Formats: sequence, structure tokens, C-alpha cells
Amino acid sequence: MKVTTGPSSESFDDAAGYYTPGEPLVDTKAPTGPISERWSTRQFEARLVNPANRRKLDVIIVGTGLAGASAAATMGEAGYNVKSFCYQDSPRRAHSIAAQGGINAAKNYKEDGDSVHRLFYDTVKGGDYRSRESNVYRLAEVSASIIDQCVAQGVPFAREYGGLLDNRSFGGVQVSRTFYARGQTGQQLLIGAYQALERQIAAGTVSMYSRHEMLELIVADGKARGIIARDMVTGEIETHLADVVVLASGGYGNVFYLSTNAMGSNVTAAWRAHRKGAYMANPCYTQIHPTCIPVSGSHQSKLTLMSESLRNDGRIWVPKNQADCEKDPREIPEEDRDYYLERIYPSFGNLVPRDIASRAAKNVCDEGRGVGPEVEGVRRGVYLDFAEATERLGKDAVAAKYGNLFDMYARITGEDPYSVPMRIYPAVHYVMGGLWVDYDLQSTIPGLFVTGEANFSDHGANRLGASALMQGLADGYFVLPHTIRDYLADGPFEPIAEDHPAVVEARESVRSRIDHFLSVNGTRSVDSYHRELGNIMWEYCGMERSEDGLKKAIDLIRTLKDDFYRNVKVLGAAETMNQSLEKAGRVADFIELGELMCIDALNRRESCGGHFRAESQTEDGEALRHDDQYAYVAAWEWAGADAAPILHKEDLVYTAIEMKQRSYK
Amino acid sequence: MNLTLKIWRQPDAVTAGAIHTYQLADVSPDMSFLEMLDVLNEQLNEQGEEPVAFEHDCREGICGSCGLMINGEAHGPEVTTTCQLHMRSFSDGDTITIEPWRSDAFPVVKDLVVDRSAFDRIIQQGGYVSVNTGAAPEAHSVPVPKDDADRAFNVATCIGCGACVAACPNGSASLFMGAKITHLGLLPQGQPERDSRVVNMVAQHDAEGFGGCTNIGACTASCPKEIPLDVISQLNKDLRTAIRHGH
Repeated sequence: MKVTTGPSSESFDDAAGYYTPGEPLVDTKAPTGPISERWSTRQFEARLVNPANRRKLDVIIVGTGLAGASAAATMGEAGYNVKSFCYQDSPRRAHSIAAQGGINAAKNYKEDGDSVHRLFYDTVKGGDYRSRESNVYRLAEVSASIIDQCVAQGVPFAREYGGLLDNRSFGGVQVSRTFYARGQTGQQLLIGAYQALERQIAAGTVSMYSRHEMLELIVADGKARGIIARDMVTGEIETHLADVVVLASGGYGNVFYLSTNAMGSNVTAAWRAHRKGAYMANPCYTQIHPTCIPVSGSHQSKLTLMSESLRNDGRIWVPKNQADCEKDPREIPEEDRDYYLERIYPSFGNLVPRDIASRAAKNVCDEGRGVGPEVEGVRRGVYLDFAEATERLGKDAVAAKYGNLFDMYARITGEDPYSVPMRIYPAVHYVMGGLWVDYDLQSTIPGLFVTGEANFSDHGANRLGASALMQGLADGYFVLPHTIRDYLADGPFEPIAEDHPAVVEARESVRSRIDHFLSVNGTRSVDSYHRELGNIMWEYCGMERSEDGLKKAIDLIRTLKDDFYRNVKVLGAAETMNQSLEKAGRVADFIELGELMCIDALNRRESCGGHFRAESQTEDGEALRHDDQYAYVAAWEWAGADAAPILHKEDLVYTAIEMKQRSYK
Repeated sequence: MNLTLKIWRQPDAVTAGAIHTYQLADVSPDMSFLEMLDVLNEQLNEQGEEPVAFEHDCREGICGSCGLMINGEAHGPEVTTTCQLHMRSFSDGDTITIEPWRSDAFPVVKDLVVDRSAFDRIIQQGGYVSVNTGAAPEAHSVPVPKDDADRAFNVATCIGCGACVAACPNGSASLFMGAKITHLGLLPQGQPERDSRVVNMVAQHDAEGFGGCTNIGACTASCPKEIPLDVISQLNKDLRTAIRHGH
């Protein structure tokens, strides 16, 4: 179709020399025809597995967040023989639990014009036209069933006085379609999925392996057939074989060291699969969340997100004059304040989407107008002020709406947000990139399926608020259980023995990595490498990327990797709980991923969603997409430790939606 | 600030443990308690001593992983999780004693890490609604009074950290169990299994080696999510009702 946006760009290939061009990639599973019928068509065409045969089929599911726990519970109920793995001590602790805001669903309970098609449209637009329309439509289509399922499980969503479910709206959207449980929606949804999972564990359909970390994928005769996992208590290296493997292992935002992710969130399961042949798609797409508590010092281990709902009433500003930045904000008169979002984006104001709010905050801090403590020479904070809201609504009403967030802020910063404006700054929150999957959620390795944040498929270049929980549960409860049966209809597959060469190779690879980390006996801790990698990624592959910066980052990462393998210091033994050893393996994989993220960002000389290339902006500094050049998914193939990765492009074709430039002005 | 840390070190579940003493300098009041331990671990690693194993994950007060006895109190002097406890709650020159959760039902795995899988096994005995995926009725077909939904939410905020057990002189998990029974008992969806749920969960609780409740209240006082003590009354009431119904 005709592309309507952005002036035609010249042909650039900034990443030439950093990669090898590969064959185009096509998603062959999405049915053609009217978009509203594609999912029902696919469900009908996917072959069935009769109930008596299901218990002969072994399914491994790695990760117990919303995507993993919901899939394990559902596959268990269906009668498959499921093995579920998580690195935490209990599946209830997966990081989905920390999601605050809510979950979208096209229920149209408010009769405000919402529909499956509108949720689809908002999601594709919010993702800056870099997601697949078939996948997104399906996501919107099953969203309503998610709410039914969760309510039936006893998830205590917010209700109105009549006993019906309440909704609210989220940034970038003009209808109320977000279901929520105060500021702890992720917790309640995860506990619902966890309880469904525990029910299946009791029923014997799911075997739970907590405190187990997947360290290698077994690919035998071209198919994913199992994993090598380490028992994190005894150190035992275990082989688990199956007919199919599902990765629901979450995102890799911790590549930045400081992020809103849990400390243990990592890329290892996905990265080991990538090294075995699964393509990694759009790794450079990182969502930076605009409302986090700023860094307070160099000891910082993580960043805490403040729900985006705060932007409904809080006004964001910085001083107009640099000289005022050290002053008590209450003493800065109205005329000396710059409410920059309201000024630049008058129609959306403080509610502009996340990528726009984040970059605007960075720009004012880069200009030297940031507030709060100086960390490494720059004040990185802007005010989120509730003074006007308090005057308008009263302190009690503000407390009723946002009290728990204000308490959390006060606890972390030691400041009272009722009397002094909060300080916020953007932080790494979510990654839209992940392992490439087709419409069936199957990776480029047959028998390896990938769900939730671990895959790349549904959010494009930017994720709308309250859409992550929706995707995790859609994949786990309603999509994967249908698509995977088409693959399993060919099973059970020929059993493989523990001495199969592919199994032996995978086990040996895990052993030799562990032996290596424990024998280097260098001088630097794992954390110090992780911190350095994070600084490089944030500086050069963070909110704004440029050709020069990315090339510099790649050099720095290569040097860091070399030093890491020669100079890391990991104490303790392999046959015991060893948290430094666990981190060493994860950081090793983050380093390789970081390099690929920079190469991907270098290749994409356009700005879209969470990816802002300095070379591609409009005259007034807004992101400039180039649909004629970059309307593709970049799927990277591992070519070996010393070889350039291979780039396969999957063209994004829109038939039900027209590509438009996003504007929030 | 400068601190003296007395920390329980125990190599594994079967080897005897002991308190070790460490000095730590330059602690910032803005650090969280766990960030303070990160700094200690960097120092230990530097000195060639294996870092202290402790549990933590989200560091946002919601995953429930972190849990330490700090100067004899579960999660320390404030009503919060250990990750949300900040060093401004302590003073320069303080000596801080750090131990793992105290309970026979939570055996030590290593150093400050304990095994809380007994909680999962209690949930497996009925801490859910039996509804298969795809079999759910339309969400609005079952209205729930707002007050019930709000109260169900309040008690459903339990994070399963185990502070209630660690604080209880009897090592009872009644607050944890009562929170789940109250949550599901307040909702229409939880009614069909209400009797069997409480009977089976209590049986599992006792089999795991948790103690009985004698209404001391240390659990609710140390609960970072402030789960109220009356969930235990609800638990007992539900248990009596279930027995009367012949369970």
C-alpha cells in the first residue's frame, strides 16, 4: 500500500560491516482474509490432539509470570504433562507481580465508543506501526475473555457501587478500558494465575521446579527437545527432555543495570535459545517509562516506577531559569516555571505517550534545567506537582487516589510529596524486542514457542500502558494453548536419550561455562561489569541513539566482554547456592545482547516509538519515521561468537489499518 | 555512617551456622537495607570472602522475596518490606544483627535464605477457585458489592513473605492462611469450595509444622501489607462452619 508518512529518506546503511544480510523472513502461519476472521480461522485449522494422547506429551514451560503461569495452568488443565520452571523460590514471585496500573480489555462497559477494532487501532498506532496487525487484532479480540477468566478466579478488580467492574483510562488513550485492582493489578492477576497453577500442581498435571534456572536449550534433529537447568540450591546440572519447549521468561531490561525490572530478570533463557538458532527480533526497542523515582547516588541498585496514573492529576514542570534549579520549588513563582509538556503538547499535555514524555524530560535536563541531587554532574529530575490538584480536589481526595504511591515515594526519598513536589525521571521499564515468533508464537526453531515479554510480537516500537498484562495473559490462557496443539499433533516425538549428542553437548556447554567463571579468579566483581555495561547502554543506546554513539558503544562492549572473560572474580563453589555464579552467567549473556541491541539500533536509521535516532527527527525535534525504508521487523540470526550476526527482514504489511504519523500536538 | 553488622552465616541446610561480624563504612542514609548489603558483598568479594546469600528480587516491596530478622524484628524497625527499609532508619555507629526468618517450617537454605515452599503447598490444598480456562461466565454476570470487593482486595495484598510466621512466637502461618481464606470467602466465586478449602488448608498448615494461633498479634504488627488480625477470626469461623457441615 501507499505509505503516507515522512519524507522519503535516502538509503542509509549505518550498520554495514556490522552484520551480514540474510534472506527475507515471512510469517507463514497468519491466515489471510478479513482481519476479524483470521484468529478463528487459525484455531479451526490448527490440528487437534485427542485427550487420551495429551498425557503422553511432555511440555516444558520456562518462567511463571503472567504468560508462563497461565500457559502452564491451561496446558495442565487440558491434560498435557507439564514441567514448569522458575528461578524464584515460588512461582508467585515472578516480576509480573510488580505491574501497577491495569489491564486493557475491549469490553466497552462504559459505552464510550470502545471496540475490538479501536483497541487494535490504538495498539498499532501506539506501537508506531512497527507491530504485526494480525497479532494485535487477535490480542484485542481475546482481551475481553481475559477479564471473564480472572473474575471467575476471584481476582478482586475495582468495582462500582452497583457491583459491576470499574474502569479507568490510561495515557495516550481516550476511552476507559483499563481494569485495575488499586495500584497492584499485576499482583492480583499473577496471584490468580499462580493459584490456577498451584491447583494443577496438586492435580498432578504440572510438576513445579522452582529455584531452577534454564541455562541451555536442547535442539536435537532440528527440534527443541528440552533444556539444561541448574538446581540453584544444590548446583546440580539437570537434563529435562520434552516434546515441546515454551519460553515465558520475560524481558531483558536489566541489560541497562538500572531499570524497573526485578534484580533477577535476565535474558539467559532467550539468549541461549538465540545462540541455538532462534532469531532475536527488534532488540533495540526499549520502553523508557517517564515516571520513575530519580537516581539518588552511585549505590543505586534499581529504579522504582511510580504509576503513570499520577499524570492524570500531577503537573510536570522544571524551572525556566537554570539558576532556580537548586531552590526550594515552593519558592519558585508561577511565572518562572516551565510546564513544558502542556506548552509543547497542548492537546494531550501531561498525558502524552510514554516515549514522548520521557524524551521531553531528558531534553530539559540536558539543557541544565533538571532538579534534585546532582549525580555525575547533571541533575536528572523534573517536578511532578500535585499542588494544583490538592487545591482543586482537596488533600483527602488526592490521598484516596494516590495515597499508596505517595507513601512509597516518601519512604524511598525521605521527602513528603504532599508538601513538596515529587521528583521523577524516566527509567528503563519494558522491552518490546524479543525472540521472533510466527503467528503461532513459534520461534525459528521448530518446537520452541515464546510468549509474553520474551517474544517480540505485539507492541511494535512502543507499548501502551496496561497492554503488557493483556499480552501476557492473552498468550498464556488463550493463544498458545490453541496454536501449540497444531505442533503437538505430530507428537509424541521419537524419544531421545540423555546421551544423545545434542544433549551431551548442551550439558557440557553449561558445565564448561560454570567451570570457567569459577576458575578465572580475576580482580573485578560481576556487579561491577554489569554496572559498566549498563552505563554504556544507557549513554549510547538509551533514550536517544546516534550513529557515532552506537559505534562507540559496540567498541566499548567488545572490550568489556574481553575483560570480563579474563578478569571476573566469582567466589564460592558450583555445587551450592552461589548467587555470584548465577549473576556471572546472566551478565555474560547481557553483554552479548547489548552488542546486538546496538547493531540493531545502528541499522534502524529512523525514529519510532522507544527508538529515537538523533539523525531522524523533524525540525521541531519530534521522532521521524521512515516507513519507506524501515517498515520491517529486524530478525537477527546468531552466526557464531566471532561472526557478524545475520539480518533477516520481515516486511510489515498493513491491510486493515493505514499508517499515519503519530501526533499528539 | 559506619556500622557493625552481625550476620548469620550458614553454608547449607545441614551445616551449623554462626554469627559473623563485619565492619561497614560510608553507608548513605538514602540506601535501602538491601543496597547496604550489596555494598557489604562487594567488600567481601574484594577481600576474597564469599558474599552473604540473601533473597531479594523486585526491590519494590511487592514480590515478597526479601525477608530478614533485623535486630530481632521481622523486616526491621519499620512496617515495610526489607527492600523498602532505608538506612535513614539507623544511626551512625549502630550495631545491626541480621538473621534469617525464624521457623522450623522455613528451614535455612544458606546464610539468610530460607525455604518457604510450605506456603505453596498450603495454597495447593484449596487456595484457588476451580475454574478452567475458557469456561468462565461473562464478568458482569456476577456482581460483587463494592465493600466486599474492596475488603477482598485488601486481604489479597498478602505478598507471602513469611514475616507473620517469623514474628509469631508459635511459628503460626494463620495470618497468611486467613488472608487467602478471607479473600476467596468474600467473593461469590469462592463459595462452592469454601468449606473444603479451609479444612484442607488448615490440615496442610499443621502437617508442615507451623504452630497454632494464640492471638498474640505479632503477625499483623510485622506484616508489611498490614493484613488485619481478624482474618484469623474469619479462618476459625469458616473452620467451625465447615466442621458443622460435616467436613
